[in-house]
Formats: sequence, C-alpha cells, structure tokens
Amino acid sequence: MEQKKVIKKREEKSKRRHDALNKKEKFRLFIQACVTAVSNGYIAGFAQMKIYKGDLKKLCVPGLNCYSCPGALGSCPIGALQAVLGNRQYHIAFYVLGFLMMVGAVFGRFICGWACPFGLVQDLLHKIPTPKKWKKLPGDRVLRYLKYVLLVVFVILMPLYVVDFVGQGEPWFCKLICPVGTLEGGIPLVSTSSDLQQMVGFLFAWKNLILIGVIVLAIFVYRPFCHYVCPLGAIYGLFNPIAFTRFKVDKKTCTNCKACKNVCKLDIPVYEKPNSVECIRCGMCMSICPESAIQYENAIRRKHVKKNDCTKA
Amino acid sequence: MALIGKIQEKKNSIAAAVFCLGILFCVLGITRGEVEVIWQKAINICLECIGVG
Repeated sequence: MEQKKVIKKREEKSKRRHDALNKKEKFRLFIQACVTAVSNGYIAGFAQMKIYKGDLKKLCVPGLNCYSCPGALGSCPIGALQAVLGNRQYHIAFYVLGFLMMVGAVFGRFICGWACPFGLVQDLLHKIPTPKKWKKLPGDRVLRYLKYVLLVVFVILMPLYVVDFVGQGEPWFCKLICPVGTLEGGIPLVSTSSDLQQMVGFLFAWKNLILIGVIVLAIFVYRPFCHYVCPLGAIYGLFNPIAFTRFKVDKKTCTNCKACKNVCKLDIPVYEKPNSVECIRCGMCMSICPESAIQYENAIRRKHVKKNDCTKA
Repeated sequence: MALIGKIQEKKNSIAAAVFCLGILFCVLGITRGEVEVIWQKAINICLECIGVG
C-alpha cells in the first residue's frame, strides 16, 4: 500500500515537472515571437515592400535578423560587423564588438534561445511531426566547429582582405551563406519587385538552396543552423561560461540521473557542463531536474547571501 | 562553500569587466564614425544579403 503511495507521488511529481516543462517551452516561444515582432515591427515596410530608413537602424538587434527585411527596425550585428570591416577606413569594428561584448557578458547564448527570430523559425519547424527526430548530425563533434571557421573566414577575414579595386570589402557571410537574408529579405523583396527579379541569378538560387536545406534539416534536427553555422551563436557561446545568466549545478543535490541530458534537445550533458558554449539557455533542464539542482548561478548566490545575513543576525 | 563563492565572484567580475569594456568600445566606435557606416548599409537594400548582388 505504501509502495503504491510512493509510486503515485513520484508519478505526480513527474507529471508536474513535465507540465512545467511544456509551460516554459510555450513561454519561451511566446517571448521569441514578441522579440521577432518588435525587431521587424516596421509594418509599412511589409505593406509597401520598402525597407525602413530611420535612425533606429543605427542600433543593432541582439539576434540574427537581416536589415534588408522590409520590417526590420534595427541592424543585424553580423551584417553590421562585416559592413564596418569591409569599409576601407576601418580594420576593427569597435561599435559592433562593444555591443556583442555587452550583450554576451549579460546574456551569453540566452539570446539564441529567447531572442533570435531565426531561432524561432527553427523551433517552429522542429515541431512539425516526423517519425524520427535527431539531436545532432553525424560528425557533430567536428561539425560544431564549423561556425567558428565561418565566423573567422567569412565574417572577419574576407570582408577585411577580399576587397575590390577601391579597397571595399563585401559582407561575404551574408552574400554566400546566410539563409536569414534570403528568408526575410530576398523572398519578400524579389517576389514583389520586377526590377529585382531581372537581377536575380545563380547567387539567388544558391542562397535559396541553402535556405531550403536549413528548413528541411530543422524539421528533423534541432536548430541545425544555430548548432553548426551561426557566427553570432559562435560569438555569444564564448561568453556562456562567464555571463551573468550562467547556470550552476548543485553537486550536493545532483544525483547524476541524466534527466537534463535526456531532455536537452542539443544533447548537452548539463550535469557535467552547465555552461557549455552550445547551450542556448532554453531552461528545459532546469524544469525537468527532479532535484532542482540546476539554477541560475547568480540566483543561488543571492540565496546564499540572504542565508548568511540571517545567521549573522 | 567559500571557494564556490570566490569563483562566482571572480566570474561576475570578469563579466562586469567585459561589459564595461564593451561600453568603452561602443563609445569608441561611435566617435570613429562606425555607426554612420552601419546606418548607410542598413538603410539601403543589401543586394548581397538578399542574394541578388
């Protein structure tokens, strides 16, 4: 009888954790949708298929959002970085670097999980039901370094050194790889402008191929672009170990049950690496942990400080 | 517990230092005129970004 009570209690606890998990996931999607709406809030742009030309574009948005999207109100940090590096006057983009440092120091890859429009697109695509889902691609251990190669080569070196006869570089990552520009800018603008349609060539086909590839992959694999390609995620990930929103696993309460790793869609062993550079801070591990061992480190710190104050009194 | 607290303090200090340096870099970038470059790029359709140019 007692055993049945214990089992029932465990089942109820598990159900509550899963309900909390679903609630958190829905809340995260809602926040992402809000950020996407605000980042692309220039409704007149969609109505007239013209891009916003106001002063807000002097500011960078934290996520990957193409500034050629008709609704975009701010600048893409990766596009902005390449624009400055490609300008023959500058060799270092202090403004964008400073912005990335400020955002990274506070949030790390929290931005990827909660404030990136293209992250939202991938999250929604992954919800499409399929017979099987994968957490990672074959060769994941090597492939995850691809985003750093793309960051260094296409975002930094090529705009600096692959220049035209007047010394101007191009945004090579945007030009050759980024599917976000194709989705948010290319498709809406080209489909509604006969002038742009006449200019379309191999590059447009290539970029649409990349976009289709990412879309198809995202249905089966969780956030493939974020995991393997995104240079912005590569930058923010470097801040994960020190960002103010970093996680901490309480080793006293953690039982190494691996519930966190099992629920993590990026297959991160959170109990071992709570601040992995791959973690997008979706928080599912926090919700599923039966011992509530995973918390925001600075939240735990505040609890310890309060406890010490009480004992001193 | 004290050691854990010290490590947390150290990480927070590093994050704070990076944040402050970030502010400094932003100001430096603004004074150098980088914002104007970004704005000029952003207010015109980026043909490379949309796959045309």
